[in-house]
Amino acid sequence: MTLLEVKDLRVSFPTADGLVQAVRGVSFDVEPGQTLGIVGESGSGKTVLTQTLLGLTPGAEVGGSALFEGTDLLQLTEDQLRHVRGERISVIFQDPLTSLHPLYRIGWQISEMIRAHDKSVSKAEAKTRSIELLRRVGIPKPETRVDDYPHQFSGGMRQRAMIAMALSLEPKLIIADEPTTALDATVQAQILDLLLRLQQDLGTALIMITHDLGVVADIADEVMVMYAGRAAERAPKRDIFYAAHHPYTKGLLESIPSSKASGGRLKPIPGQPPSLINLPSGCKFHPRCGYVFDHCLTEEPVLHPVAETGSHTSACWLPANAAGLSAEAEELRERVVQAERGQEAAEVVAAAFAGLAGAERPGVTGLAGEAGSGAAADNEGSVA
Amino acid sequence: MAQTELNVPRGSAPDDDSILVRVENVVKHFPVKAGGFISHTVGHVHAVDDVSLVIERGKTLGLVGETGSGKSTLARCVAGLIPVTSGRVLFNGTDITKLSRGQMRPLRREVQMIFQDPYSSLNPRRRVGSIISEPFAIHKTATGAERKRQVQELMERVGLNPEHYNRFPAEFSGGQRQRIGVARALALRPKLIICDEPVSALDVSIQAQVLNLLSDLQQEYGLSYLFIAHDLEVVRHVSDKVAVMYLGRIGEAAPAEDLYDKPRHPYTVALLSAAPAADPDTAAARQRVILVGDVPSPIDPPAGCRFHPRCPKAQEVCSKVEPALVPDNARPQSQDDAGQRAAETSQSATAVPGGWAHVTACHFPVVPGESLAAAGAAKGDVA
Repeated sequence: MTLLEVKDLRVSFPTADGLVQAVRGVSFDVEPGQTLGIVGESGSGKTVLTQTLLGLTPGAEVGGSALFEGTDLLQLTEDQLRHVRGERISVIFQDPLTSLHPLYRIGWQISEMIRAHDKSVSKAEAKTRSIELLRRVGIPKPETRVDDYPHQFSGGMRQRAMIAMALSLEPKLIIADEPTTALDATVQAQILDLLLRLQQDLGTALIMITHDLGVVADIADEVMVMYAGRAAERAPKRDIFYAAHHPYTKGLLESIPSSKASGGRLKPIPGQPPSLINLPSGCKFHPRCGYVFDHCLTEEPVLHPVAETGSHTSACWLPANAAGLSAEAEELRERVVQAERGQEAAEVVAAAFAGLAGAERPGVTGLAGEAGSGAAADNEGSVA
Repeated sequence: MAQTELNVPRGSAPDDDSILVRVENVVKHFPVKAGGFISHTVGHVHAVDDVSLVIERGKTLGLVGETGSGKSTLARCVAGLIPVTSGRVLFNGTDITKLSRGQMRPLRREVQMIFQDPYSSLNPRRRVGSIISEPFAIHKTATGAERKRQVQELMERVGLNPEHYNRFPAEFSGGQRQRIGVARALALRPKLIICDEPVSALDVSIQAQVLNLLSDLQQEYGLSYLFIAHDLEVVRHVSDKVAVMYLGRIGEAAPAEDLYDKPRHPYTVALLSAAPAADPDTAAARQRVILVGDVPSPIDPPAGCRFHPRCPKAQEVCSKVEPALVPDNARPQSQDDAGQRAAETSQSATAVPGGWAHVTACHFPVVPGESLAAAGAAKGDVA
């Protein structure tokens, strides 16, 4: 049975400057024991998305549904939600120093978590369980460290303590929001290793929110790439890294310096992410996209399958086998990327496409308006 | 000279003309005070301990290390922003550690910094034009309309719209603010720019834009960079030479490709294996060396090799004798005389980090094909 089923989730915040559309219709499922990686840049809505599930976004206008074990989280009262948080779903935040109370001992904070959800546990029993949890997450000498204050722990140990707290009630789902971003590389490796091991032992599902594709490559089963409040692409991990369809996903992968392309110039995505108050028309990525064509400016694409298995979906008007775009099209994209000017990208491409005369636009014209209904797959023959 | 005796390939230190900065045995300790009213020093933070390196003209020296390894402190010593406890920093042959404030002033034009956080390194109440023209005002190099023209030229050069001259930093995105920081650093045409985590706060797509800009500027103006970052792939991409710091000391240094392809210090190996790779196959195939514990306190660094408490290869000698930073082929062949030889070679070693030699400070360097993960497991270390 699907553990978490989010359908068409929409979150917006009314502000003095206008409505900030943080999440604009996102759907995804999480199966028990599975790890879903949510990747996106600042402002892509990845954090708001998961915080809304737990009722942590006061003042937001929320739409859609989020079924967790059959109950819609978005319909629960604050009291009911409190029982879900921690007990069924727990969260690990980025900065363990601000998520631990500086004036209470680590052990007390874990015990408090246990006793808040189950009053029948005695204080002594809760402390024994805290020590056991600290031992499980690899804190040395947990019998003495349980009485330490957060400032006596190093960054890595604090994050371990947070994980211990998240595990204390054996939740079915853990949401980890950039859990290793504030940590050094060697400590990050320790924490990811620990999360993976615990997840295998306990069969907990994990949603890993991160901006770091390296973290996702390490531990995710499925990956959802977010851009401007929507899913740009969703696929099993290997498809994202080796057969990316969405130009944004490709751009992200290409802009990371790697040993394979060392020395040469990097290929950044031109321009800036859009303002969530004044979103561009059509596809929200079009001002920065190297493959943009007229249809992208008017209508926003939705996720549709781009591979025969159906598990690889992409929100882009390009035909399904865009990986094999014509040499001319790739060259065009190169020119746009070189220009590094987001505002001019559309003009450059429009002019270039005009010069190429419709024939070289692989299948895109025929696709317009039909995509999302499997038209992309039908078109494959004509493209090849 | 010792170089020839050691028979280091390609020469261990580049000739003097090519060297812009020479750091010699720099030590920086910060006193730790206690006692409130009558405060007294109870110890020292050994932030930088006996570090030597060279930065070549027009080249990039990458400096990597974890939090508390002393890389930012070292950078501030090189920039002359904080006095060194001992040692020398030669900039173009002049020892800047001995200069008075007045004597230092003309040199400050030659060394500029770009900081990590583009939000806190720009004054929010001042317009961009005035932020970028500040260096001109301080050094009285241009005035009035000429100053404005130069500032707009700089803005254009770093990819900002010159018409935004009168805007405030808050009106720019993170990537654009970092470009403002770059323009300000570039204003007086420095010879050396110290980049302290210049792209860490930026999103990946924006990070690549700024890295490309830095590389274009280097070619155009012949800049030297001291590039500090914790992202190893970023450092590999921009650097000609790379030095790895751990607890105030340089553990290993080499030309970039050499260091990444053939790391010798167990810490470098662990650091490289810990870096997340954006490639599932690489991630799965890699043998990750999970280090035990955290970086020890720099107030009371471990005796002997500072890495020994976390090192999967550590033996008894490591906790007693501090290994010298020596080129590969100057290493003692037998383990028995390691301590004695280390003491000797530390006197004669001439290969400096930032030069062409691959230098390592380790008694038992990793040989190609050796698995540290196995060594760690054998010791029974579990993270």
